[in-house]
Amino acid sequence: MGEENKVTLYGMWASPFVRRVEITLKIKGIPYEYVEEDLRNKSQLLLQYNPVHKKVPVLVHNGKPIAESLVILEYIEETWKNGPKILPEDPYERAKVRFWASFIQQQARQSLFDSLVSAAKSSGEAHEKAMKEVFEKLTVFEEGMKDFFPSGTPHFEDENIGFLDIVLCSLFGHHKAQEEALGLKIIDPERHPLVYSWVTALNEVPAVKESLPPHDKMVALIQFLRRNAPHRSSEA
Amino acid sequence: MAEVKLKGTWPSPFSYRVIWALKLKDIPYEYIEEDLSNKSPMLLQYNPVHKMIPVLVHGGKPIFESAVILQYIEEVWPQNPLLPNDPYERAVARVDPHFSRTSPLDRWRLFRTTAGEEQEKAKKESLEMLRALEEHGLGDKKFFGGDKIGIADIAFGGVAHWLEVIEDLVGVKLIEAHIFPRLHAWTKNFKRVPIIKENLPDYSEMLLYLKREGITF
Repeated sequence: MGEENKVTLYGMWASPFVRRVEITLKIKGIPYEYVEEDLRNKSQLLLQYNPVHKKVPVLVHNGKPIAESLVILEYIEETWKNGPKILPEDPYERAKVRFWASFIQQQARQSLFDSLVSAAKSSGEAHEKAMKEVFEKLTVFEEGMKDFFPSGTPHFEDENIGFLDIVLCSLFGHHKAQEEALGLKIIDPERHPLVYSWVTALNEVPAVKESLPPHDKMVALIQFLRRNAPHRSSEA
Repeated sequence: MAEVKLKGTWPSPFSYRVIWALKLKDIPYEYIEEDLSNKSPMLLQYNPVHKMIPVLVHGGKPIFESAVILQYIEEVWPQNPLLPNDPYERAVARVDPHFSRTSPLDRWRLFRTTAGEEQEKAKKESLEMLRALEEHGLGDKKFFGGDKIGIADIAFGGVAHWLEVIEDLVGVKLIEAHIFPRLHAWTKNFKRVPIIKENLPDYSEMLLYLKREGITF
């Protein structure tokens, strides 16, 4: 505690992976310094702290760097023992949380965005197919989540959000910006009522709300990425 | 103690990761070989999401994904720890299992099934990954875990054994001793650890299998 504990977060305003670290630090009341990186012109410090992947986020605690957002979250949980816990105590419940976090992380990063961009770029059959894939993945997730919310409606008091909540809202919290930019409905309250109400409830939590990127700036960025996304002819 | 079952398939390196962890901690378990070409309804019920193995079932409760299973095993059976005590050291050890998901093995699948520019790119990416492992992962240590093997060594076990078979199959050597001396030494040291040595799929059988089925993992 005190001057001994210097925490610096290297990030980028639009990155969901950075956002989840920010939300976690806020929830736990950990003071930190934030350094915005220009990903087209990465700082020497970032390259030094993350020589393997050269990516954000990187958390530097007392001079020691940690990379990979989910690893950072676990590190924060283990190091700052006072304050709210983001993982359950029971190992089996933890395994479930880690599995689903890994599932939406992999599905979202690897193919959801690709599917969405293909869907936005294509028309007719290709578009239908791409959207179908997106919805299938969300449905699998929706079904899996019924286990976590047997009463149906997630609500959060006193910012008691956990690992999976943080991963979900970091990826989908800005879905309205994604939907506006791509001209598609991604989280449809009719198709995926649980995920929709969950994300909506999370966006009201102060730590999450504060970390949400500005809507218009996000829309502009996604439109830019969509225009410049590499053309994948072999992928559906 | 509640019953432990492991549903796996031969010769998947992901199944072996769990086998090694269980054996290193001396945890008795029942191994069930799953025939992937004829998936049992029970397996699909347990793991409808990925429809893949391995699945660890402890006291009737299923846990999926080898990286998640390894963490679970470490938490429930703390003897012969696979992770260090210090949170920072743990964070460093954990990065590797995540990293290994987009592993050299994945790249090799690309390498085999593509040609020309795409193949060159796959090769380049594989080499970059190996370089990162060589310099930052291993450094001066004998194992990723230090003097003894740990969770990162287990996660990268695929590189030690499976990659060699694939190199044989494809006819290209990635881990050459003069290019990656530490990694090369690590593959030998890793396979010398008794528990690992006794629990590796037979080389020639794997070669035959891969020739027949392709790289299914």
